[in-house]
Amino acid sequence: MSIPRIQFLAVGALAILFMLAGMANASVEKSKAAAKAPAVAAATDKKPAKESKSTADHSKFKELDKNFKTGPDVTKACLECHTEAAKQVHKTKHWNWEWVNPQTKQKLGKKNVINNFCTSVESNQTFCSACHVGYGWSDDSFDFAKEENVDCIVCHDTTGKYKKIPGLSGHPNYKSMEWPPHSGRFRPAVDLKKIAQNVGKTSRQTCGSCHFFGGGGNAVKHGDLDTSLINPGHALDVHMETNGLNMTCGDCHLSDSHEVSGSRYAPTASDDKGALIRGSQDERNPTTCVACHGNEPHVTEAKLNHHTDKIACQTCHIPAYARGNLHTKMTWDWSTAGKLDEKGHRIRTKGSEGRDLYDSKKGHFTYERYVIPEYVWFNGNVRFTLFGEKVDTDKVKINEFLGSADDPDARIWPVKVFRGKQPYDVGNETLAVFHTAGKDDAAFWGNYDWDKALAAGMKAMDVEYSGNMKFVETEMSWPITHMVAPKEDALTCAQCHKENGRLHAIQDIYMPGRNNTPIIDKMGWTLALLALIGVLIHGLIRIVTSKRG
Amino acid sequence: MERIYIFKRFERFWHWSQAALILFLMLTGFEIHGTYVFFGYEDAASYHTTAAWTLVGLWVFAVFWTITTGEWKQYIPTMDKVDAMLKYYLTGIFTDAPHPFKQTRVTKHNPLQRLAYLFVLVIINPIIWTTGWFYLFYNSWSSWGVGWLSLEWVAFFHVIAAFLMLIFVIAHVYLTTAGATPLAHIKAMITGWEETH
Repeated sequence: MSIPRIQFLAVGALAILFMLAGMANASVEKSKAAAKAPAVAAATDKKPAKESKSTADHSKFKELDKNFKTGPDVTKACLECHTEAAKQVHKTKHWNWEWVNPQTKQKLGKKNVINNFCTSVESNQTFCSACHVGYGWSDDSFDFAKEENVDCIVCHDTTGKYKKIPGLSGHPNYKSMEWPPHSGRFRPAVDLKKIAQNVGKTSRQTCGSCHFFGGGGNAVKHGDLDTSLINPGHALDVHMETNGLNMTCGDCHLSDSHEVSGSRYAPTASDDKGALIRGSQDERNPTTCVACHGNEPHVTEAKLNHHTDKIACQTCHIPAYARGNLHTKMTWDWSTAGKLDEKGHRIRTKGSEGRDLYDSKKGHFTYERYVIPEYVWFNGNVRFTLFGEKVDTDKVKINEFLGSADDPDARIWPVKVFRGKQPYDVGNETLAVFHTAGKDDAAFWGNYDWDKALAAGMKAMDVEYSGNMKFVETEMSWPITHMVAPKEDALTCAQCHKENGRLHAIQDIYMPGRNNTPIIDKMGWTLALLALIGVLIHGLIRIVTSKRG
Repeated sequence: MERIYIFKRFERFWHWSQAALILFLMLTGFEIHGTYVFFGYEDAASYHTTAAWTLVGLWVFAVFWTITTGEWKQYIPTMDKVDAMLKYYLTGIFTDAPHPFKQTRVTKHNPLQRLAYLFVLVIINPIIWTTGWFYLFYNSWSSWGVGWLSLEWVAFFHVIAAFLMLIFVIAHVYLTTAGATPLAHIKAMITGWEETH
């Protein structure tokens, strides 16, 4: 009887079993994953070198060989060939700043929504329309039907020299002007001919000329959109990396007839139908991660695919936002705005990063970078607190992402929650609209008089200001979906599967590693310990009695 | 000293590989449960799954072997001499009283062992296996028509069964020392040959 041989056999057989089980497990998962993981949208042959593939060289068009005086003049020239372009733009949110949510019937869009940054567009169009795809929107008399009012250049410029200046109602400066105000620096007049002759596809730069500057400055609003994405490295954005895939905004935000897909008013929180195939008559949103990657994209760690029915891709793959070294604004307290120094001058206090910490015009701010998002269930429905709605004054949720663990359409999403304090009309019991910017007497940034600014703002909304205001705390959520990190930087299992992990705020699910039934644990360990003590005592007695014997 | 050949080759292989797997499953399982950090959650979960499937594979062979050899009869419960066994463990074992059970090839488990192993077979294992499979196939629940199940309850029973298994292992390991000599049972499970009382 050879014991070693037996042991060898046993160990060998066990090892074979182990391997078989492991291989079967892995290969089943792998083949499943491989069968369902679609090819990622190819964007491989794109190089940073800017060689246009267009069949038209706009510098050769005589229509564009003109000394244009204004933006609308350029648009007229564009429309001579692109006859339907303005009509298409007229139908979009970029133009109307208005969109009715078909589910909630809420009238949304920048024109209608109050936020907790600069709060509202109404009465401030001269400034806000620096980010409107049009020319001349200074007040409610703006003609939304006029084709030459469309600004083609702001999206199609390739020179990087086109800039719409706040205060000019959506126009660039046609004459040299000091910018920023009182800086002593002058912006040369815009060279419309050169720009018109160099139009092309949209780019990270053109989209970013507005979307990176939301909230009044670079990186301020979204947290996942700022100028670091113009030339991003691998760690910042795995899709847009200049030396990598070098994808543009439009590669995901596919457009049709100038209607750009993807919306934060009605985001696509989940899509369980898998990747979109070319030619498919599917009306699904092509902007989502799923549209290219499908719902089972993890090949080597197939268990991860079991998470996609509960967790948005963004939750693991965007471990933090504002990763481009720029600080994003986290809070804005309007209640301290309007303080002046003893000479009656505006006060501005800057932090070490050159960001405003206090500005008489705006109040106090805080900023952060590499921010860990907050996480919420989200089914794609966003409910906004709109102007005129009577609201609870303790804490107003300017918008609310709906969804719960029981909702099959809901996924756990990362969000930036922006917190602030802003004016509230006590008599009307509603969030207040105030007149911020302008050369008139009522503008808060001129006079620092809340009553005047509120009276003018509310009047523009056709509501009489009650004369009684206070500041209320507000919260607004922004979905985090850009700055997708390389897979090696994605969250690890243990960042959620532990006590006080990333998902500590999501309490309506059971997560192994985080949740347990304390009474069972207590009883279990107590009984196991008693058993151990019991056998030890038993053994001890045996030893003692056997020695005596 | 009398020796009898009790445990056949496959049985010994089954026992030790199962023992290793169960210990490993407990080690990784309590880590997944959040009791401590050893491998790290990700590896622990992955090892736990692989070990569980390995145990399933082992059991396919074990069940086949148990049925075809008729060894399943070893687990038929009996109350005969249970009181004598209890009395032996409570007093007789300290006074070197004779063991009340005579081990043979057809009855290799004493009546307490029969009951204990049967408890593992019909209570602990079914609970831990059923809940474990539900755990593994969490995402398929709605397509199986059991979408009403809650992970919390599945985990609850899985953990209870794990504690029962832990307590069984403690008692079982201790009682290996209760043979003719302290290592007699262990030797028997390695070589197959048991020194009888």
